[in-house]
Amino acid sequence: MAKEFKTLVYRNEEIAKDIFDLKLSVPEDFNSVAGQFVMIGVNDSSKLLKRPISICECKDGILRLVFRIAGEGTKKLSLLKAGDEVTVLGPVGNGYPFKEGEDRKVLLLGGGIGIPPILGAEKALKNSAKVTSILGYRDEMVFLNADFERESFLTSDSCGVSVEEYASLSALERKNVQIKGNAVSVAKALELANLLDFSEYDIICACGPMPMLRAVKQLAAEKGIKAYISLEERMACGIGACLGCVCKTVKKDAHTNVNNARVCKEGPVFLAEDVEI
Amino acid sequence: MNTSVKLCDVVLKNPVMTASGTFGSGLEFAEYMDLNCLGAIVTKGVASVPWQGNNTPRIAETASGMLNAVGLQNPGVDLFVNRDLKELTKYDTNVIVNVCGHTTEEYLEVIERLNSEDIIKMFEINISCPNVKEGGVAFGTNPVLVEKITSDIKKLSKKPVIMKLTPNVTDITEIARAAEAGGADCVSLINTLTGMKIDIERRKCLLANKTGGLSGPAIKPVAVRMVYQVRKAVNIPIIGMGGITTSEDAIEFMMAGANAVAVGTANFITPKATVDIINGIEEFMQKHNIKDINEIVGCVE
Ligand SMILES: Cc1cc2nc3c(=O)[nH]c(=O)nc-3n(C[C@H](O)[C@H](O)[C@H](O)COP(=O)(O)OP(=O)(O)OC[C@H]3O[C@@H](n4cnc5c(N)ncnc54)[C@H](O)[C@@H]3O)c2cc1C
Ligand SMILES: Cc1cc2nc3c(=O)[nH]c(=O)nc-3n(C[C@H](O)[C@H](O)[C@H](O)COP(=O)(O)O)c2cc1C
Ligand code: FES
Repeated sequence: MAKEFKTLVYRNEEIAKDIFDLKLSVPEDFNSVAGQFVMIGVNDSSKLLKRPISICECKDGILRLVFRIAGEGTKKLSLLKAGDEVTVLGPVGNGYPFKEGEDRKVLLLGGGIGIPPILGAEKALKNSAKVTSILGYRDEMVFLNADFERESFLTSDSCGVSVEEYASLSALERKNVQIKGNAVSVAKALELANLLDFSEYDIICACGPMPMLRAVKQLAAEKGIKAYISLEERMACGIGACLGCVCKTVKKDAHTNVNNARVCKEGPVFLAEDVEI
Repeated sequence: MNTSVKLCDVVLKNPVMTASGTFGSGLEFAEYMDLNCLGAIVTKGVASVPWQGNNTPRIAETASGMLNAVGLQNPGVDLFVNRDLKELTKYDTNVIVNVCGHTTEEYLEVIERLNSEDIIKMFEINISCPNVKEGGVAFGTNPVLVEKITSDIKKLSKKPVIMKLTPNVTDITEIARAAEAGGADCVSLINTLTGMKIDIERRKCLLANKTGGLSGPAIKPVAVRMVYQVRKAVNIPIIGMGGITTSEDAIEFMMAGANAVAVGTANFITPKATVDIINGIEEFMQKHNIKDINEIVGCVE
């Protein structure tokens, strides 16, 4: 059950340029699943609305949020120091369709600041036989990649080696080598290079910028795999009341009774084929 | 100490209600606060059929406020009755249903459908939404139309009618008088002020609808002024709203002439805003030895 609470910053550090790793203490009954998010206040009375940030990880009473400075609110969050007080509402929303420790064969696709919840998903899938992550970055400035424990590929829009070159490297050499291309195009290239076999996965889970999510939706349709994607929209309440955050849906949504669904409540994770993006 | 107020024979245990559209059907907030403590719940505007609303982005934050252009998305009156109203019967508070429409006929269809629902204590008629092309504010800015639609609704309605006024007019007292002349039992004010925000990097309006309604603390002084003016212009009760975030704000509106207050955008700042305001009003009454909250209504000359 979600609730609003005040809590203290445990640690806040810059892990790459403008990317912050914020750790907060949370109450014992804070139980979240990968893909859920929190609304966090920015300690500025002229900024009324809380900011939605995905849950990266939550364990031992510490909630980890990883965010990029995108405007004034996230700038304020970047200035938080250990011991500062913040207000948090959550966990809210529907996450990826599996529970902590479940055994599912999952292909995880993360792009940029969409990578934090994908890390959370990987951790939740610790007992799974087959989990592969493809992490897409803008450039050489990578973050969180070292926290992934299972098979993972780094890709970049602007730099890196070709899939052929990558395939020629030894497993050890591959560590931290980026492949050029976005997460989806690289996934297809890896398949051609026999480094990835889509039929080994039950589902795809993705989070990242909209062009990437569109590509994931198309990929899922081509490969006949269910893809779960995490959407973003501007939010006021975060709890399903204001109808500010909707996305278009293919079918009539049960709650709204029209063809759109609340990203904060029915989402942020949706089955790709259900939403018009 | 008496905190209860009366709006056209409906008794509210305290003067604090929710502002339509900021509180869903009320049920969304049940997880975060006790709905039973509210003077009244005012539900999101409901129309005769489901409305899709505007495209996104629908929300833009502004200094001490926000713009919204939701466009009165709603599930339609049938689902509203069968799901939301049914669920609300579990709570001990007054339910006021906010009604919207594109045409007079559409408003009347909703009233007709809801007249027999015992749980509804009053109707609030939204003739002031700036985010829809027809209906809404198109009615609310013209005193002749306001009087006409008010009397049409009054003829049909079996419950007291609150007319919700827009601040997007030169003289709000003219509109309030028109509502009173049309037979309104009560007026509520203010709805949002039309505004705009531009993304200077993209050289585009931030909201898909281009304009949106400004709400929150930024509009409070305008709202207090309008409540004060309307108090002097009409004799029917007033529900004051616009930026109420603290109990001090609520008391300010009551001193300006509001018989009850509604809390809107503050619900987004914290879902228990209404509870804090209710408690704060009681503390204020204790501190100043006010025996009856009605004593302060319109006490400012
Ligand atoms: C479900 C969800 C999960 C998210 N998870 C993360 C995360 O893990 N890490 C991360 O860095 N970012 C995440 N974001 C994006 C993050 O919410 C925005 O970057 C942030 O709100 C920007 O705030 P600001 O004050 O810095 O920017 P400003 O542009 O000054 O913000 C103004 C207003 O617009 C809203 N806004 C601006 N950009 C966005 C956006 N992209 N999405 C939603 N609202 C926006 C703000 O919340 C605020 O209300 C997530 C968004 C959503 C919807
Ligand atoms: C997101 C949002 C949705 C709203 N929807 C409605 C509505 O459906 N009907 C209505 O009469 N007013 C609606 N309003 C206006 C509010 O009820 C209120 O009049 C206004 O926001 C001013 O109060 P506030 O500053 O406390 O929010 C809405 C306001 C917001 C912010
Ligand atoms: S943010 Fe209010 S409904 Fe989603």
